[in-house]
Amino acid sequence: MDKIQLLSAFLFTIGLLIVITRRNTIVLLMGVELLLNAANLSMVGFSHHMSQIDGQMQVFFVITIAAAESAIGLSILVNLYRNFGSIKTDVAQGLRG
Amino acid sequence: MMQSNLPLLILILPLIGFFVNGVVYPLILKGFAKTSAPLAGITATAFISLSFILAVKVFFLLSGAGHEEHNPVVMQTVYQWLDVGSLHIPFELKVDKISGILILIITGIGSLIHLYSIGYMSHEKCVGRYFSYLNLFCFAMLLLVMGANLPLLFFGWEGVGLCSYLLIGFWYTDTEKADAGKKAFIVNRIGDLGFLIGMFLIFKNFGTLTFSEIYTSIASGDTISQTTAVAICLALFVGATGKSAQIPLYVWLPDAMSGPTPVSALIHAATMVTAGVYMIVKLNPLFDLAPQALTVIAYTGAFTALFAGSIAIAQKDIKKVLAYSTVSQLGFMFLACGVGAYQTAVFHLMTHAFFKALLFLGSGSVIHACSGEQDMTKMGGLKKYLPHTHLTMLIGSLAISGIPFFSGFFSKDEILYSVIALPSGHTLLFFVGVLTAALTAIYTGRMMTITFYGTERLSHEAKHHLHESPATMLIPLYVLAILAAFGGFLGVPHLLGEQFSLHHQLAHWLDPLVPTRVLPMVGVKLALHEGVVMVGSSVLAICSFAFGIVAFKKKFHISDHISGLKDIQKVLENKYFIDEIYFAVVVNPLKLLGKLCAHVVDKVIIDGFIVGLGRGTRDLGKRFKALQSGDVQAYAYLLVLGLVTLLWIAFRKVMM
Amino acid sequence: MTTCLLSWIIFTPALMALVLMFLPNRMEKNFRMWALLSSFISLILAFKLWLNFDASSAQFQFTELAAWIPQLGLSYSVGIDGISLPLVMLTAIISPIALLGTWPAHGLPKKEKFFVAMILFLQTGMYGTFLATDLFLFYFFWEIVLIPMFFMIGIWGGQDRIYATVKFFIFTMVGSLLMLVAIFYLVRSSAIQGGMPSALMSAFANAQFPLDQSSLAQGLKSPQMLLFLAFALAFVIKVPMVPFHTWLPDAHVQAPTIGSVFLAAVLLKMGTYGLMRIAIPFFPQAALMMAPFFYFLGVVGIIYGAFCAMAQTDFKKLVAYSSISHMGYIIVGLFSFDRIATSGALYQMINHGVSAAGLFLIVGFLYERLHTRNLEDFGSLAKITPMMAIAFLIMTLSSVALPGTNGFVGEFTILLGTFQVAPVVAVLCGIGVVLGAVYSLRAYQMVMFGPLTKQENKSTKDLTAREIIAMVSLTVLVFGIGFFPEFFFGKSHVTLDNYMTNLLSHIGR
Repeated sequence: MDKIQLLSAFLFTIGLLIVITRRNTIVLLMGVELLLNAANLSMVGFSHHMSQIDGQMQVFFVITIAAAESAIGLSILVNLYRNFGSIKTDVAQGLRG
Repeated sequence: MMQSNLPLLILILPLIGFFVNGVVYPLILKGFAKTSAPLAGITATAFISLSFILAVKVFFLLSGAGHEEHNPVVMQTVYQWLDVGSLHIPFELKVDKISGILILIITGIGSLIHLYSIGYMSHEKCVGRYFSYLNLFCFAMLLLVMGANLPLLFFGWEGVGLCSYLLIGFWYTDTEKADAGKKAFIVNRIGDLGFLIGMFLIFKNFGTLTFSEIYTSIASGDTISQTTAVAICLALFVGATGKSAQIPLYVWLPDAMSGPTPVSALIHAATMVTAGVYMIVKLNPLFDLAPQALTVIAYTGAFTALFAGSIAIAQKDIKKVLAYSTVSQLGFMFLACGVGAYQTAVFHLMTHAFFKALLFLGSGSVIHACSGEQDMTKMGGLKKYLPHTHLTMLIGSLAISGIPFFSGFFSKDEILYSVIALPSGHTLLFFVGVLTAALTAIYTGRMMTITFYGTERLSHEAKHHLHESPATMLIPLYVLAILAAFGGFLGVPHLLGEQFSLHHQLAHWLDPLVPTRVLPMVGVKLALHEGVVMVGSSVLAICSFAFGIVAFKKKFHISDHISGLKDIQKVLENKYFIDEIYFAVVVNPLKLLGKLCAHVVDKVIIDGFIVGLGRGTRDLGKRFKALQSGDVQAYAYLLVLGLVTLLWIAFRKVMM
Repeated sequence: MTTCLLSWIIFTPALMALVLMFLPNRMEKNFRMWALLSSFISLILAFKLWLNFDASSAQFQFTELAAWIPQLGLSYSVGIDGISLPLVMLTAIISPIALLGTWPAHGLPKKEKFFVAMILFLQTGMYGTFLATDLFLFYFFWEIVLIPMFFMIGIWGGQDRIYATVKFFIFTMVGSLLMLVAIFYLVRSSAIQGGMPSALMSAFANAQFPLDQSSLAQGLKSPQMLLFLAFALAFVIKVPMVPFHTWLPDAHVQAPTIGSVFLAAVLLKMGTYGLMRIAIPFFPQAALMMAPFFYFLGVVGIIYGAFCAMAQTDFKKLVAYSSISHMGYIIVGLFSFDRIATSGALYQMINHGVSAAGLFLIVGFLYERLHTRNLEDFGSLAKITPMMAIAFLIMTLSSVALPGTNGFVGEFTILLGTFQVAPVVAVLCGIGVVLGAVYSLRAYQMVMFGPLTKQENKSTKDLTAREIIAMVSLTVLVFGIGFFPEFFFGKSHVTLDNYMTNLLSHIGR
C-alpha cells in the first residue's frame, strides 16, 4: 500500500514544484493537474487498502472539478495573453506593494 | 482689641482711586491718555489723603487704648479667604502699634508725593496711568503692613513688586527703562522664593501663618529646634534682601531710578524697600530664637551699607547717589535688627522715610528745573536759582549725615550705640557703621556741593528754562523738611532726654510688641558710653559733611584729588562691575541653558526619539512590503511553507 | 430637564451640531452664532447644576445609570461630584469665551459648517469625559475628543498641520490603548469576584490589587503597578508630562486659535483629572511607590518647560511650553498625597485653564492682526493697543502667580502642601516660579514695550467688542478666584476631604 502512497506523494511533490517554480502558465496548469491526480491516486490507494468505495467516489468528484478548473484555467491563460502579451507568470505584478 | 471698619476703609480707598483713574476716567473720556494731570492727580491725592486722615484716627484709637491695654490693636476680619484642610487664611486686617506707624508713613508721605507728582508729571502724557499705579501701590503697601497673617503680607509684598515693575517701566517705549522694571520684578522674585520657603517652614513647624498665633506659640514656649529657627529666619531674610535691596539682591534698586523721581521717593525710599525691615521687626520673637541668623543679618546689613556707600561716593547721576544711599541706609536698618535693636530699626526707618523722600523729591525738583538733566557734573551753582529746593535739600542732607539734632542724628546714633553696647553687637560692626556714617556724610556733602555750589556748568538752553518748582512741589518739600529736621525728637535717648524730660516716645510706643533692649550698662557708665558715642559721631558727622562740601566743590571725583586712585575710581564708578558679573555668571548661562533645552534636548533628543519611532515603524513596514512582490508563485511558495510548518507542528509528536 | 441634567449637558452640543448639519449653507454667517447659542445653553445648564449641587455631600450627584452592554459590564453611567464640578464649570465657561474671542473678523474659514460642528462635538467629548462614572464610557469620551481636534488641526491649521495632527493623534492614542487593555482587565477582574462584570468606577474604589512592595523591581511586575502604569501612561501623555510632551508645542503652533484654547484650557486637564479620578485612587499603593518618579518628572517638567520657554521666539510655542511648565505643578501636587496640595492641584487645573485660555486668545489676536507669531516682530504695542496690553498683562500676572490672581491660589497651596511632605521638591518647584517670571515678562516686554521697530504695526487695531467681552470675562475669573477662592471652590471641600481620607487610609497614613 505504501507504494501507491509514495508514488502519490512523489507525484504531488513534483506537481507542487512545478506550480511554484515554472514560469510558463501552461506548464503551471499541467502542474495543477498533476496535483489533483496525485490526490486522486492517493485516495484510490486508500480505497483499495480499506476496502471502502468512498475513496473512488471522491475521485469522481475531483475529476469533474479538475476538468472544470482546467477550462477556467485555460480561459484565464487566454486573457492573460490578451492583456499582458505573454504567458509568463511574472508579467502580472499589479498586486506588488 | 478693637473691631473697626477703619482698616478696610484705609486699604480700599487707594484701590478705589486706582479704579477711578484707571478705568472710570478712561471710560468717560474715551481714551487712556486723555485724563489731564490736575484731574488725575487731585483725584489720586484725595483718596490717599482720606486714607491718611483715617490712619490718624486709627492712631488715636491705638494711643487711646494703650492706657488700658498692653498691646492694642484695631482689627477687622473681612472674610475667609482660603480654607483648605488645615490651612486657614482669613482676609484679616490688624493694625497694631508697628503697623500704626507705618500706615501713617505710607499714607502721609504718600499723600505728599501724590501732591508733588501733580506738578512733576504735569507735562507727561498718560498721567492717569501713573496716578492709578501710584494709588495701587499704596493699596498693596497698606495691605502689606496691615495683613494679620503672612500670606496677606506676601500679597502686599508681591503687589508692591508689581507696582514697582509698572512704575519703573513707566516710560516703556525706552527698552532700557522697561528692562529696569523687568530686572526689579525678577530679582524681587528670587527673594520671594526665599520668603515662600520661610512661610512653608513656619507652617510646617507652627501649623499656622497668623501672626498672633505665631507669637502665642513662641511665647508659650513651644520649642522648635534652633536649626529650624535659623533656617526659617534665613529664608525670610533672603526675601528681605530682595525687597529691601541688600547684598546680593540689591542690583535692581539703582536701575530702578529709570522711573519717575516721585516713584523713587515713594517706593524706593520711603515704603516698599522698608518692607523687609518691617517683616523682620514684626517677627522679632521668631528671629530672637535664631541668633546665628541675626548675626548673618547684621553682617550683611553692615557690609551692604559700607559697600553701597563706597559706590555712592563715585557716582555722577544725582539719583544714583541717592539710590546707593538708600541701599546703604537700609543696611543700617538691618544692622540694627541684626543686633536685636528692632525699635531702633523702626526709628531709623521712620527718619529715613522723611529725609530720603525729601532728598529724592528735592532731586526731582532739581531735575525738573534742569530740563531733565540728571548728571551732577553738568549742574552747579544752582543755589541762587533754586533757593527753596536748596534749603530743603540742605536740611535733608544734614539729617542723613547725622548732624546733631536733626532726625538722622538720633536714629543713626542709636544704631551705632546699639551695635557697640548690646551683647550681640561686635566692635567690627561698630567700626563699619562709623565708617559708613562718615562716608554718608561725605557723599551727601559732595552731592550738595556739586549740584548747588561752585561754578555753573549748565548748558545755555537749560539755564534759560531754569526755574524754581511750583507750589505743588514745594509744599511737600517743606513738610518733609520739617519732619526731617524735627522728627528725631520722637526718639530722644535717655542721656539728653532726662535733662529736658523728653522721653523716647517711639520706644515707649513700640514697647509691647518690640521690646526695648535692656542695655547691659546702667547709670554713669551708660551715660559715659552713650555720651562718647554721641559726641564722637556728631564730630565725625560735621567734619565729614564739611569735608564733602569743601573737597568736591571743584574736583568731582576722588581720582581728581589723588591721581593714583584712578583705578579705584573706575571700579567704584562702575559699581564694582557687579551687574556685569551677574550677567556673565547668572544671566547668560541661564539663557544658554534655555537655548540648549529648546533647540537641542527637546528638538533633537526627545522629539528625535519620537519621530524616530515613527520613522522606524515606517521603515519596518517597508521591509514587510518586500513580501508583497506581486508574484503569485511567490505567494504560493509561502503558502506551501506555511502548510509544511503547520503539518510539522501538528504531527511532530506522531512523527517522533 | 432636571431629571437627566448631566446627559443634557453632555449631549446638547452634539444635538446642536446635528441640527447644524441640516442648516442650509447660505446661512454660513450665522453658524458661529449657532455654536454660541449652544454654548450658552450649556452654560445655563451648568449654572443650574452648580446651583443645585449639594456641597455637603461627597457622593456622586445627579447620577444616571443605564445598562449598555450588560454581558460585558459596560453601562452608561454619569455623575458629578466636587472634583468634576469645577472642571465642568470650566468647560462651560471657556466655550463661549473661546468662541467670542476667536470670532472671524473678516472672511469665514473654508468649510465653516464642518468647523463649527467640530467645535460642538469637541464640547460633547469634554463634558462626557468629566461626567462619566463608567470606565468604558470614560474611555469612549476620552477618545472621542481626539477626532474633532484631529480635524481642526489637520484642516484649518498652519503650515505643518498634517505632521502636527498625526503626531498628536497617534501619540495620544498609543497611550490610550494600554489604558483600554487595563480597563478590560479591570472589568474582567470585577466579574471574577462579584459575578457580573462591571465597569463602574465605584466598583473599583476600594479594590485592592496585589502589589509586591518589597522592591521596585518586584513591584513593577505586580498587577496593581502594571495597571497603574497603564492608566498613568495615557494620562501623563495628555497632561503632558516630560518626556511625553513633544506633541504639544507642534499641536499648539499648528492649531487654529480656538483649537489651542480648548486644547490648553480643557483637554490638558483631562489628563490630570484622569490621574486624580482613576489612576491614584484605584491603585494608591502603586501610586505612592511611584511618587518619587512622578515628583522627578513633574519638577523636570516645570524647570525644563520654563527653560524651553525662555529660548523661544515663537510666541505660541512659548505659551505652549509655559503650559507644560504649569502642568508640572499639578502633577507634583497630586502625587504628594497631602490634603492641601491635592486641593491646590484641583484649583490649579481650573486656574491654568483660565490663564492659558487668555494667553492663547492674545496670541490669536496678534496673529489675526499681524499674521506673525514671532516675538521680534512686535514691540511698543501697549501704546497702540492699550486694551490688549491690559488683558495681556492680567493674563501674564495670572500665569506668574501674583497674589490676587487665581494662579497664586493654586501654586501657593500646591507648594505649601508639597513642602509638608517633600520640602526639596517644593523648593525645586519654587525655582519654577522665578523662571516663570523670567519668560513671561520677556514675552510681555517684547510684545508690548520697547520702541516701535516695525512701522506697519502702527495701525494695529485694538480689541473688538466681542474680544473685550471674552477677556473681561476671563479677567473677572482671574481676580475673582484670586480674591474669593472659597466662593469658586467651596463646593468641592467635602468631596476633597472624603477623597483624601480614603486615599490616606489606603496607604496607611
